[in-house]
Amino acid sequence: MSQLFSKKNREVLTSPVGMNNPVTVQVLGICSALAVTAKLEPAIVMGLSVMVITAFSNVIISLIRHSIPNRIRIIVQLVVVAALVTIVSEILKAYAYDVSVQLSVYIGLIITNCILMGRLEAFAMSNAPWPSFLDGIGNGLGYAIILIVVGFFRELLGSGAILGHTVIPQAFYDAGYLNNGLMLMPPMALIMLACIIWWQRSRHKELQDK
Amino acid sequence: MKGLRNYLNKIKPRFEEGGRLHAFRSVFEGFESFMFVPHTTSHTGTNIHDAIDSKRIMSLVVISLLPALLFGMYNVGYQHFTHVAAFTQSPLTAGFWEMFLYGFLAVLPKIVVSYVVGLGIEFIVAQWKKEEIQEGFLVSGILIPMIVPVECPLWTLALATAFAVIFAKEVFGGTGMNVFNVALVARAFLFFAYPTKMSGESVWVSSDSICGLGQTVDGMTAATSLGIASTAKVADAYPAFSWDMVTGLIPGSIGETSVIAILIGAVILLWTGIASWKTMLSVFVGGAVVAGLFNASGIDTAMANMPWYEHLVLGGFCFGAVFMATDPVTSARTETGKYIYGFLIGAMAIVIRVLNPGYPEGMMLSILLMNVFAPLIDYCVMQRNISRRMKRVSTNK
Repeated sequence: MSQLFSKKNREVLTSPVGMNNPVTVQVLGICSALAVTAKLEPAIVMGLSVMVITAFSNVIISLIRHSIPNRIRIIVQLVVVAALVTIVSEILKAYAYDVSVQLSVYIGLIITNCILMGRLEAFAMSNAPWPSFLDGIGNGLGYAIILIVVGFFRELLGSGAILGHTVIPQAFYDAGYLNNGLMLMPPMALIMLACIIWWQRSRHKELQDK
Repeated sequence: MKGLRNYLNKIKPRFEEGGRLHAFRSVFEGFESFMFVPHTTSHTGTNIHDAIDSKRIMSLVVISLLPALLFGMYNVGYQHFTHVAAFTQSPLTAGFWEMFLYGFLAVLPKIVVSYVVGLGIEFIVAQWKKEEIQEGFLVSGILIPMIVPVECPLWTLALATAFAVIFAKEVFGGTGMNVFNVALVARAFLFFAYPTKMSGESVWVSSDSICGLGQTVDGMTAATSLGIASTAKVADAYPAFSWDMVTGLIPGSIGETSVIAILIGAVILLWTGIASWKTMLSVFVGGAVVAGLFNASGIDTAMANMPWYEHLVLGGFCFGAVFMATDPVTSARTETGKYIYGFLIGAMAIVIRVLNPGYPEGMMLSILLMNVFAPLIDYCVMQRNISRRMKRVSTNK
């Protein structure tokens, strides 16, 4: 067991959540982060879906990494990711239909998410299945956390609710408070994201560009 | 003035490094250099200095905005008293000074909020970066209250000002580095975030009594002329042209209604050479040409059939053309570029008005859009010049 969570493996799992975050540091997967974060619930589901798909596609590619011919590796990776995306999409349609309607094409578009192909190319093709799995979970988690933070603030400030439950008391509205309609539009997701990046880089000097 | 200078000299040491009020150094410096031209000059290299510095330019722009602001105050009162009189079917009793005082009291809190929030952020940033206070907000701070409806809540105004100063200016590097016009970003923020307080029929005329002046009435509505035209069902249902549209005695954002007051501002700006007549003129030409084309096109909406001269005097068209499009930071800087930039602003504003019924006023969006394209226009103009001169070199060989 200690072998499974050695220092190196732990770093593989945790570094994408913070210092090597796929969204805020590598600036990947921005498109879906803008599209699905107007409410918290789709943001959570999207984050989980990406996490599951990244983890399992990493494992599968890592298992067959020695037998994939180098020249057609991208197409093999795409087939694996496409199969997993289809499975997740069908599961969502069966068990969480409302959310899958809200997410619409964006579940299908996970296949084009740069984080996935990036992890397959950069990590799974040259590492054993278990570290690859951890890497997938870590990157999925890093992506999910950013989506959830953005989704939380956008839903709170844009619709005055969290997970569909109104949390801002009526007294506020009576006193003249208004929901910020701009929060529900994609530009504000970009600005929220920029604020997170700003906060992270001002805390960690080593992330700042020279 | 001499006394003030002596007083400033006396208290100056307190703000220097190690002084008791060191935390307010940037505030002191900002105030000092606003009142007196600083004597310091650059010690390195060769520098070309203009006769006036940017603080003096800013104060001239503020002066040129004053006619529109003062008229806006009067108009706020005028609209309130005339609409209340019509709404309650009672005779109009208020005189000129009562109207002006009412408008002054309605507008003053907005100016205070805009300056306190905006300058507060500027002072904090200047202190934090150990820089001199930047003067750019002097103009933005007075523009912001002038381009909102009178019923816009103060807290949304404060939020929008903070958003605009931080995200449209400070993150780009402060005064002179911004891509977008700061005041228009504040307005765009308000427009998209709180649409119910920025458009419609209940925000253009104040319906409260202020300090015992005026009268509080419920349910009073008044649409702007452009609002009426955009919701009209019949093609000729736009409001007929009247001289009130030129003098400015119509509902609208606080500073934008009076063409005459804006014209006085334009004369000051052009006479002092601060604004470019090329940009200003081409905005009007662009608007007139496109509105004329729509008039001739036979589209049967009221907006498309509104005469071109009416398009030019209504809404924020004049205000945008004179005070926003000519902003030296965000507009095109090449001389040919200014014609293209201005023409496209005028043209786009009318296109948005006519073709998008959701936005009765297109000036704000059109200026923001062209702010993005200004560097591209400059680039193309310069490249064209370079290639023309290259050709001359190669033919002379």
